[in-house]
Formats: sequence, structure tokens, C-alpha cells
Amino acid sequence: MNTENKKPSKVAMREQDPKVRATNFQEVPLGYSIEEAVAEASRCLQCKKPLCMEGCPVNVKIPEFIKLIVEGKYKEAARTIKETNALPAICGRVCPQETQCEQKCILAKKGNQIAVGNLERFAADFEMANFEFEMPVMKPKNGKKVGIVGSGPAGLTAAGELVKEGFEVTIFEALHEPGGVLVYGIPEFRLPKEIVKKEINYLEKLGVKLERNFIVGKTATVDDLMKEEGFDAIFIGSGAGLPSFMRIPGENSIGVYSANEYLTRSNLMKAYLENSDTPIIRGKRVVTVGGGNVAMDSARTAQRLGAAISTIVYRRTEAEMPARSAEIHHAKEEGIQFSMLTNPIEVIAGTDGFVKGLRCLRMELGEPDESGRRRPVAISGSEFVIDCDVVIIAIGNNPNPLIQETTPDIKTSKWGTIEANEADGRTSKKFVYAGGDIVTGAATVILAMGAGKAAAKSIVEDLLGKQ
Amino acid sequence: MPKIIKKERLSDLVYRYRIDAPRIAKMRKAGQFVMIRPTTEGERIPLTIANANAKEGWIEIIFQMVGKSTKILSILHEGDEIIDLAGPLGKPTHIEKFGNCLCIGGGVGTAPLYPIVRSLKEAGNTITTIIGARNSELIMLEEDMKATSDRLFVTTDDGSRGQKGFAADLVKKLLADGEKFDFCVVIGPAIMMKFTSAITIAAGIKTFVSLNPIMIDGTGMCGGCRITVGKQTKFACVDGPEFDASLIDWDEMIKRLGAYKKQEANSLEKHNCLLTGRPS
Repeated sequence: MNTENKKPSKVAMREQDPKVRATNFQEVPLGYSIEEAVAEASRCLQCKKPLCMEGCPVNVKIPEFIKLIVEGKYKEAARTIKETNALPAICGRVCPQETQCEQKCILAKKGNQIAVGNLERFAADFEMANFEFEMPVMKPKNGKKVGIVGSGPAGLTAAGELVKEGFEVTIFEALHEPGGVLVYGIPEFRLPKEIVKKEINYLEKLGVKLERNFIVGKTATVDDLMKEEGFDAIFIGSGAGLPSFMRIPGENSIGVYSANEYLTRSNLMKAYLENSDTPIIRGKRVVTVGGGNVAMDSARTAQRLGAAISTIVYRRTEAEMPARSAEIHHAKEEGIQFSMLTNPIEVIAGTDGFVKGLRCLRMELGEPDESGRRRPVAISGSEFVIDCDVVIIAIGNNPNPLIQETTPDIKTSKWGTIEANEADGRTSKKFVYAGGDIVTGAATVILAMGAGKAAAKSIVEDLLGKQ
Repeated sequence: MPKIIKKERLSDLVYRYRIDAPRIAKMRKAGQFVMIRPTTEGERIPLTIANANAKEGWIEIIFQMVGKSTKILSILHEGDEIIDLAGPLGKPTHIEKFGNCLCIGGGVGTAPLYPIVRSLKEAGNTITTIIGARNSELIMLEEDMKATSDRLFVTTDDGSRGQKGFAADLVKKLLADGEKFDFCVVIGPAIMMKFTSAITIAAGIKTFVSLNPIMIDGTGMCGGCRITVGKQTKFACVDGPEFDASLIDWDEMIKRLGAYKKQEANSLEKHNCLLTGRPS
């Protein structure tokens, strides 16, 4: 057999053994070695018209940075990514590349697409580990001040873009720790907080100012910042906000958490460590309701906090789950149970108020609904109870009202999200921009980054004039 | 970082801190709270703003040492900085001219009651205030309350100061004597608010309480502080902390307050061991 013509296949990233990692909070994928990265990068066809870039919300120069890896110029590869993406070590880890750049890759037709995300992570990690900070090319200071509300992916991206354009940039963060969902939501085993810290430090070294414990809408309003404190523009990237609940009986029993609360206790407040003062109920049988990435994060966190059985309950089937396939795969490998076509109808609690079980109905798929997905319909008489001591509700969020309440001239949708043009981030209020989950409802890190970037471009245009 | 500019010990377990926080001082209104984190490993704890001066740029908090975090907070000194302080949070108290107001504070709940009494007074109301506590040691702000109220009553469970008995007993007596009130606000331990508000509600008085459920962020993000009000789930941090007492599911609220009793006791015990140098 002639193996000469056979194309090499994708270099898989090594991972912690599922049995071992299900008991610790260390990162699951271990990263590429130099040899692995070069082998993977060498497979890239260097298309003249790269489709991968079209699939990227922030237009990373993908073929260019991959070529630099092949040439052994890893630092240059990282800096090429950073020209359009301020947070490569984060994106390399949490972007859904399978539906973006990698899906568009010409090799994807044969199921052999380039692992762009893995290579991005490699370049970013290599630079972080081996090189000191170097000031990138910055435009001279232009004397204009921009305030950024929220230090999640949208805000950090906008801040990074604007500081390089010569603006004086201040980020206002409501919590005590910057990073938004990157620190309170996404667990350590998927995104080490040290990485987030380093990416934020990088922005601070570029001159971005960070005000912690500052709740825009409460500590000062958008108008205060613009009229009294001299901000020429404000970008609102305040995130997803208030968790949704199912509105079923017993939902306020002790041991029922929103995914936001459960993950915030574990991630931001470090309840997973022994020395943290913030408690968390370490359930033995934990049920997580929902089918997105947040549900996967919650169920996997529960397992690591000592659950003997951690189950995901979802009312449709795996095919309709919004979570990344890689996350579902990781969860399954770690032994997370999946109870599909299951809909909770009641949380059962003991007289002490603590959760004892979750009463559910079996579902079947009926006609497609407005989302195009087949609507789950209850099967009568199918009621059953899952014994559990913790229930985590991961079914999404409603927008936080704090900014809208105190900024009456900003237009909101009927769902309470801020209305902003998708393409440029402009809102109904002059010199106020918005992007990320506060506009779209819960979405992904990279979409929020794309929105931050688009808004930054509009701010440059509106404050400095078309260039 | 915000600095403690004045520290006072109001009783054995109760402290008053004046903190340099010009932005919060400027924005805050009666009924609002701040989140405080005393150490880098510490919890975020909600505390009502007991007093503030926008011109001088300070706020005051009054807290009782109940667990590890408040214990750590209590050992800070004048001049020390507080690592994290954020606010003002929550909806301000709805203040209007109601007429004859009955304001009831139980234990450390007297602290958050004080700015409300002041605001109600400034709005032209006639104020009857009752402050109650287990014993005379735990009575606080008596002089301040006297100065802002038209009438002040003090009750203690053991009779060591003022009238012997619960504040609720005195409320019953006032009502039995034919006194009429147009509005009532009760702040104190959950169980005290439950029983005291039941009396005023039964007498047809519109009654508000300020709730203190477990919170993490205080901005609506976690939903840990949810309570059932009028059969609907509300978040105390963004929808409250003040609610119409007649609509609250008290039993659920009181149960939820006990969610971490075991962990909290362990945490305090470990901390005490560290303080005394004994191995845990």
C-alpha cells in the first residue's frame, strides 16, 4: 500500500485521563508540544482565499499565523493573532471552532479540518510562557475617554482595540475580580483563571484602567459618567444577567441553585478549594437541568465536587443540545449521566427544606416549533422521580435591568435586552454602544468579542471621524 | 481602596464603621445596602448602609459579629482599607407622607431602620419607633432614634432596659389602646419580622420589611437571594430588599437562611483555632 499520498490526519490534543480529571479541577486538554503543533500546522493548505477567516467573528489571520508556526516563529504567530484578537489564549480554549473557522476549512469536507483552536492556544501559551511583555504598535493618545461597562469578553475586546487606537480606556467591573463570565462562569478545568489574569494584565500594561466594585447604574449612571466624568463614549458589555428558573413547585428548596450561583460559588468564590469561606453544598446525587455549555460545566463541576452521580436532564434529545459537541463528549467520558427527553415538573424537599428528588415527565418529539426544532411533548402517565440532593438550573438568563433602569433614553427590546445594531454596536443613545449577551441574550465568548470589536470600530469612527 | 475612618464598638458584638466611600455616599438612598469582602479568601457579605454623608463622602455600616466573615471584619482598625466594597445596591425605600408611621427595629435590624426613620421624618411623617433586643447590651442607636422619632419605646426580652418583653408585645398593646398607624416598617431577625408584621397586618396597617437572605453578588446575577413574594419568585438584591410583609412566604425564607448552618459553624471553628493557635 502506498502511504506516500495519504494525507496526515489531525493531531489530537492530549488530555487528562477522564477518570483522573473527574476528581480534580486542572485543565482537561494538555496543549500541543512544539512537534505536535508543527505537525498539525504543516497540514494547512494555505488556501489563496482562506474560508476559515470568513468563519471567524474577529477575522484572525489564520493561514498567516499557522504558516509562522510551521516556520518555527511561534512568538510571531501569537502576535499575528493578537493583531485582531486580544484574547487568543482564551479563544483557543473556549471558541466553538467546529461551527466557525474549522467548519469552513476546505479539509473539513473530508472530516480532516485543521485544528485552528488548538494551534491558536499553542501560539498564545507559548508566547505567554516564554516572552516578556512587549508594547505593540500603539496610535498616539487622542485625548478621548471611553468607559467600558463590564470586563467580560465583549468589554475586554473593546478595551484592547480602543487603547491601541489611542483612547484613554477605563473598564468598570461590578464584581471584585475582572473577567466576567470567564472567571465566574467557565470552570478552571476548561479555562484556567491564571490565563484570564494574564490576558487582563496584558491589557492593563497597554494602559487600560480597571475599576473593580463599580456597578454602572448604581455606583454611577451612564449619564454621570458622560456628563460629570468626561467620558466621550460608553460601551455596555454587562453580560447575561439574571438567571431564569423553571417556575415549578419546590424550586426555592435548599440545594436548588441557578447555574450562575453554583458556578459563581465554585469558580469566583473558590468554594472548590478547602480554604474558601464561601460554602457550597457538595451533593452526592446532583441533577443539572439544561442542554447548553453551562449545563455541561455545572454537571462536570458537581462531579469534581464529589457527586457519586451527576446527571444532565434535558427535555429534547442530544441532537438538539446547544452545547458544543466537544463538551458533551468530555462530559460523557467523565461519566456524567444523560437523561434525555425528560422534563422536570416539581422539586421534592424534606420537611427541613432540603432537596430530596426531582419529579419529571418523559417527553417525545412532536412537530417542529418556531425555532425549527421538534417540540418536546409530555407522555401522559410517564411521571417518575430522580433521587437527588442538589438541583442546578441551567436554562438561561434574563437581562440585568440595572443599566436600563437608570438610562431611560436607551431603547430596550420586549425581553429587556439593550437594542444595538449587530454590525456596529450603536444603540439609540448617542455615543453609547452595546454588545455581547446584554444585546443578544446568552451566546458565546467569541460572539461577544466580535460585538466588542465592532463597537470599538464605531467608536473610532464616531469620535475621531471616518479614517 | 476604601478606608475605615472611624471605628466604634456599640456593644459586645456590634460595631459601627465609618468608611470613606464618596461615590456610594453620593448615590445611596435609605434602604440600600453594600457588599463587603473583608479578605481575599472571604465571602461577599451584604450590609445595609446605616448612615451616610454625601458632602463628607462617607458611609456607615453597623454589623453584628455572627460568623467568620463578620469576625474578620471586626478586627480591622481605623485607617485600614477594606479590600472590596461595592454599592449602593437594592431598591431604595419608598418614602412618602403616609401620616402616622410605626417603625420597629429588632436587634441589629435597628441599624438599617435608622436611615428609613430619618427619611420618613424628613418627608413629614409622625414617627413612633420601637427598638427591641434580647438585653440592654444589644440595644443600639437609642439616642439617634430618639432624636429623629416623635416617640421612642425600648423593649428587652429580659427587662434589663425599657419594657420587658418583645417589641411585638408592645405593638399589641399600642393597638389595643386604640392607636392608629398608616404605615409600618419592621426590620430585624426573620422570625421577629414574621411575627411582628403578622400583628400589624392583622390590624390593617400596610407593613414593609427589609429582608436579609443569603447573597453572593448582590446585583441579580446568582439568584441565591430568591424569595417568594405574592406567589412569585423575586430576587431580594434587585427587586428588594424591602417587600410588602403580607405577601412574603416566611417559612420558605427562614428555611433558606439555614442552608449553610453546618458549613458556617465549621468555618468559624477553624478560624477560631487559627486565632488561638491551636491546631484544627
